[in-house]
Amino acid sequence: MTCRQVVELMTDYLEGSLSVLERARFEEHIAGCDGCRAYVAQLRTTRKVVGRLADEPVPAAVERELLEAFRSWRSLK
Amino acid sequence: MGDAPFDSELEALRAGDEAAFQSLIQRYHGPMFRLAMTYVGDRGVAEDVVQEAWLTCLRSLDRFEGRSSLKTWLFGILVNVARSRRRKESRILPFASIFRRDDSDSRRPTVDRSRFGSDGMWRNGPQSWDNLPESKVLGDETLQHVRSAIDTLPPKQREVILLRDVAGFDAGEVSSLLGISAANERVRLHRARATVRQKLEEYLR
Repeated sequence: MTCRQVVELMTDYLEGSLSVLERARFEEHIAGCDGCRAYVAQLRTTRKVVGRLADEPVPAAVERELLEAFRSWRSLK
Repeated sequence: MGDAPFDSELEALRAGDEAAFQSLIQRYHGPMFRLAMTYVGDRGVAEDVVQEAWLTCLRSLDRFEGRSSLKTWLFGILVNVARSRRRKESRILPFASIFRRDDSDSRRPTVDRSRFGSDGMWRNGPQSWDNLPESKVLGDETLQHVRSAIDTLPPKQREVILLRDVAGFDAGEVSSLLGISAANERVRLHRARATVRQKLEEYLR
């Protein structure tokens, strides 16, 4: 396998969707390739940084409005 | 994002516990808003869509049978509301229908060919980020680059990376939420993460 092929298999690898044979060839390549090892590590880091977007705070005005909607829903129950 | 206390959470909501609702808002509102933006593109309309999804959720709470998690159900409602709003908008703005046409499903290479030699091996390989301080890699400025990279992704890629990596759904949940195959989801996720990685590489080099 070439690096150019391996980078396009990275997500299939991380998702566990490579066949047993492909996975073995992928891992064999990675073991001997600094560039591809760095690439897969960068994808993992990317996923982690993207995950931080989940911590963005909800705008106070939006939260207030939704809580008001909740109270009026509750009062109609 | 923990999924543990859902049954008690559902009971609390049904009982009218405001703190339970607030906790849901704090966990899911951000990803829901970002997801809505992939359908309608306009911030004001996206805010409306998310609000309508929350209200629909409250109004149907008594009919929710708990066959999926509360979170999956909530995002499913959001996708339905966003899709129907988008259909409405595209009747008003005929060009909105081309809005989601993009190359998300393409098999084009995600890494520039010039980075490989004619033998297909790295010519100009990525440098490890291991020696960078974590405060830089996970810092606010990095996050800002990630945010703008995600905002420029084609909508079909954006919705997948948001659901997987921000909202924290697993692969099966996302393919059923969006009604796409597992293979298609992987292609979109691959393209999305590759683009964000590249933007990070440019910033962190």
